[in-house]
Amino acid sequence: MPVKVSMTVNGKPVAAEVEERTLLVTFIRENLRLTGTHVGCDTAQCGACTIHMNGNAVKACNMLAMQAEGADILTIEGVAAADGTLHPMQEAFREHHALQCGFCTPGMVMSAIDLVKRHPKPTEAVVRAELDGNFCRCTGYHNIVKAILDAAPKVAAMR
Amino acid sequence: MYAFNYQKAKSVADAAAALAKNPDAKALAGGQSLIAAMKLRLAAPAAVVDLGGVAELRGIKSDGKNLVVGAMTRHSEVVFSDDVRKAIPALAHLAGEIGDRMVRNMGTLGGSIAHNDPAADYPAAVLGLGATVETNKRKIAADDFFKGLYETALEPGELITSVSFPVPKRAGYVKFKQPASRFALVGVFVADTGSGVRVAVTGAGPCVFRVPEMEKALASKFAPESVANIRIPDKGLNSDIHASAEYRAHLVTVMAKRAVQAALG
Ligand SMILES: Cc1cc2nc3c(=O)[nH]c(=O)nc-3n(C[C@H](O)[C@H](O)[C@H](O)COP(=O)(O)OP(=O)(O)OC[C@H]3O[C@@H](n4cnc5c(N)ncnc54)[C@H](O)[C@@H]3O)c2cc1C
Ligand code: FES
Ligand code: FES
Repeated sequence: MPVKVSMTVNGKPVAAEVEERTLLVTFIRENLRLTGTHVGCDTAQCGACTIHMNGNAVKACNMLAMQAEGADILTIEGVAAADGTLHPMQEAFREHHALQCGFCTPGMVMSAIDLVKRHPKPTEAVVRAELDGNFCRCTGYHNIVKAILDAAPKVAAMR
Repeated sequence: MYAFNYQKAKSVADAAAALAKNPDAKALAGGQSLIAAMKLRLAAPAAVVDLGGVAELRGIKSDGKNLVVGAMTRHSEVVFSDDVRKAIPALAHLAGEIGDRMVRNMGTLGGSIAHNDPAADYPAAVLGLGATVETNKRKIAADDFFKGLYETALEPGELITSVSFPVPKRAGYVKFKQPASRFALVGVFVADTGSGVRVAVTGAGPCVFRVPEMEKALASKFAPESVANIRIPDKGLNSDIHASAEYRAHLVTVMAKRAVQAALG
């Protein structure tokens, strides 16, 4: 039976009729056409689908759209400033060449922003440990870790 | 995913009524185990009753003697709770070892112990601390709660509301991670409580269990060397491509030693 789901996505209220079984990631990609949020594994392993729900990073492939009813959702499309200026985490990924194919990148950036929020002054060991829910099959992680360490103080200064 | 019905519960009573009305319905906490199981049809409830909006199931309270954690409290809330870090630092440490940060932002204490995965971390803390599981119907001692592989004392439709952990003198948890899944290949929780020492092992067998021989040895001397030569039999332990039963038995001793060391600080 279709049900009504509504939430705020990247600052805008959205609503749709969906089937109850609709995953949050499906809602974001297919209903809202925000395809920056990727599906890598569909089994909560790889982190490509990471988004923020009420300020916390979660895997959108492992929850129902209905579980986000009324929630405040942030996807990679909502991270840069309105004028297109990249978020410091995005800028650091670009600066440090922290991506190759780019498939993991939206999830990496969303996870990294959550990481530095919880650990405002992370050590390299903390960054590596806290990235264990995000897989990258290209970069070997070195430049991703460098980017996050570089961005951490800049993200902290935003608040 | 197959089609099912979804209902958001407003209260524990509301959820219990919905589950009582439909025996094919299941409670949905964070969905971190249930959604994955439903995708694979390992579970196929006709309806899910979402506990996500039930405020009374959330939160952490400490009175110095007991730490009470609501069933819907997320793993990450336990990790960063000052009350937990002060009363039972080993519990905050354990919660921080579960899965990854995104899983910890959704997964819950109630969901973890109701699911009772043989390699889950929380069952080791609940049994190791001799906690009490409170449901909408009764209080269940940890020793009576975990029954077997994915099996608990919960009756159909019964809901965990909170878990009450007695604050120990000291406690430690050390886990050897299965490197791909991050679940416990073997995890050992050791607690020196007001009423004796408890040692609980997860990951090694089909269900979390205690090791009385280690508990006795630690009661007379709480030190890593007390358990160094205690080897549990490997008969009945899990054996898979990740580790043989024999290796798991060996790890129990090693993790127990480290857990005692961690408890000593
Ligand atoms: C990638 C990944 C890695 C993970 N790694 C680990 C790990 O290292 N260690 C570990 O311990 N766990 C791990 N988990 C599991 C995680 O801890 C889950 O949070 C936990 O298994 C339960 O999920 P949940 O709280 O979302 O409950 P759900 O998945 O929503 O529910 C699980 C079960 O519990 C029942 N249930 C839920 N709440 C209640 C309640 N209040 N009363 C009665 N029944 C209830 C449900 O009906 C269902 O049967 C991992 C999960 C993932 C996806
Ligand atoms: S697609 Fe969600 S974790 Fe891989
Ligand atoms: S850049 Fe290709 S997967 Fe990470």
